[in-house]
Amino acid sequence: MAEYEVVHSKSPVFYPVYERKADLQHQTHYCPGCGHGVVHKLIAETIADLDLQDRTIFVSPVGCSVFAYYYFDVGNVQAAHGRASAVATALKRACPESIVIAYQGDGDLAAIGTAEIVHAANRGEPITVFFINNAIYGMTGGQMAPTTLVGQTTTTTPWGRRPENEGFPLRVCELLATLEAPVYIERVALSDNKNIMKARKAIRKALELQRDGAGFSLVEILSPCPTIWKMTPTEARDWVAEHMIRNFPLGVFRDRKVKMPESSRPPRRTVAEVLGLADAPAEAETPATRSADAREWKIKIAGFGGQGVLLLGQILAEMGMREGKEVSWLPSYGPEMRSGSAHCHVCLSSKRIGSPLIEHPNVLVAMNEISLRKFAPSVVPGGMILYNRRTVPADVEIPNVRVFAIPASELADQLGAAKVGNIVMLGALLELTGALSSATAETVLQGTVKNSDLLALDLQALHAGRDYVRQLPLEAR
Amino acid sequence: MAIEPRGRVQIDPNECKGCGLCIDACPPRCLVFEAELSPYGVHPARYVGSGCTGCGICFYVCPEPGAITVYRVSPPPKVISATEAGRAATL
Ligand SMILES: Cc1ncc(C[n+]2csc(CCOP(=O)(O)OP(=O)(O)O)c2C)c(N)n1
Ligand code: SF4
Ligand code: SF4
Ligand code: SF4
Repeated sequence: MAEYEVVHSKSPVFYPVYERKADLQHQTHYCPGCGHGVVHKLIAETIADLDLQDRTIFVSPVGCSVFAYYYFDVGNVQAAHGRASAVATALKRACPESIVIAYQGDGDLAAIGTAEIVHAANRGEPITVFFINNAIYGMTGGQMAPTTLVGQTTTTTPWGRRPENEGFPLRVCELLATLEAPVYIERVALSDNKNIMKARKAIRKALELQRDGAGFSLVEILSPCPTIWKMTPTEARDWVAEHMIRNFPLGVFRDRKVKMPESSRPPRRTVAEVLGLADAPAEAETPATRSADAREWKIKIAGFGGQGVLLLGQILAEMGMREGKEVSWLPSYGPEMRSGSAHCHVCLSSKRIGSPLIEHPNVLVAMNEISLRKFAPSVVPGGMILYNRRTVPADVEIPNVRVFAIPASELADQLGAAKVGNIVMLGALLELTGALSSATAETVLQGTVKNSDLLALDLQALHAGRDYVRQLPLEAR
Repeated sequence: MAIEPRGRVQIDPNECKGCGLCIDACPPRCLVFEAELSPYGVHPARYVGSGCTGCGICFYVCPEPGAITVYRVSPPPKVISATEAGRAATL
């Protein structure tokens, strides 16, 4: 009896059981005969053969392959529709040692994501894009894609695609091959086993190029979608051969070394240097001015546009920077910049900041009642709220959160300009938290406000806020 | 005397979706649809039990990651790695 050995079996790059799937955890969610599964297998095999499993990050798109992360036992990120190559850009820049794969359908890449792919390719991002062209939107039930063939019926072209109305099928490889930066672009097809082997070779080559640091590579794979095409799996495979390849010729569209000019490397400078604050950090280095405060401040400042909400955040962030802290400032605007709502997030920390987005602040500065009501429930226990009024509405009560009524706009108005209410708040905030020193606030204001009258007003406002807190009865502090 | 087969395939009826691509692509035509329905309500592919050359074509046309396992008589004539085995499948 002959001995047998396994020559082809499930790749170790796939999870043994697809635990992220709700049921049928031994099968993919793809329809019988779908091309996605074939491409997944080719990618997994290559990752294993090239020993890249531990450093691959796979970016899934929106489309039928949205759940590719159910299957690949690698790093996974799922991107918003059309944005996989932009997300892959960020991942590759942040983790240059990683092998970053963007996997995208034709609706994803060639419709909503046209801008992202063109610019990623044009920048020569050293990522690999696998582009699954099945001439249709599969996931949403069969609408026309930019790659739908002329005459092909879809739910949105029930009488067939007409170039005079919908334009011609978009040839992505040809389009991208006009750009300077890409190093490798090839179109392959899953039309028969010979072509599947060519696809295998192309996928391997693209990933080898990325491993070797070559540059942007894209492999377009003409792929059957039997379900939406309303064909059997074998008919769909044959339709790729007879119709798709005729419209999308196979072949290598780009295969060359591209050397990006050396001069294009940006200088490495710190943010403080770029902002011209590099000589200031003398303050940061003297322990006297370095805030001894090791607490992590997560400050959310909210109000109407025009109340100086974003500026207050920027001043805090710059103060933090001058005191040698890690800082972040993240603005978010309402629909209108002027009268709409605005808020920003400021982190001040002695450690590196993971995310600049603050869901649960420990300090909330609410410049109006809407913001108070909206954000007060998100403040963490032990946190504090500074509210821009003499009294807090009776029905607002947050357990374990201290609420201070600081009539900042009113005090500012008495000084002659309600718009410096944000600086009154700053004075109060520094006095209440001790997070940063008010001397630093004065330095920052001197650097920011050029008009001397306004600067004087701001300094008055800063002191007014501080003094208001100091006169509060002790038990209220 | 029976001829020693060069290959053998194993199909997992729990993963096979009965698409038939492997059946259509197998050069010696040694795969068939199972007459019985699988628990998932499809006719899965089945190896007839002889004739397989271990070429691997069915593995590469199958969309399911683990539905098919291909075995070859060891030591295989020349093929050493899975990589080369894949290349052999083009021939
Ligand atoms: C921003 C946004 N717009 C639209 C959709 C709806 N949508 C989901 S998948 C899809 C198209 C998918 O087609 P394709 O990229 O060709 O992938 P396939 O499903 O064919 O694999 C669309 C339009 C969405 N999810 N998000
Ligand atoms: S609809 Fe088409 S692309 Fe989506 S899983 Fe089914 S066959 Fe594949
Ligand atoms: S390995 Fe080749 S011969 Fe054997 S069943 Fe698969 S396709 Fe047929
Ligand atoms: S190709 Fe795969 S899923 Fe399709 S019938 Fe063959 S074993 Fe089953």
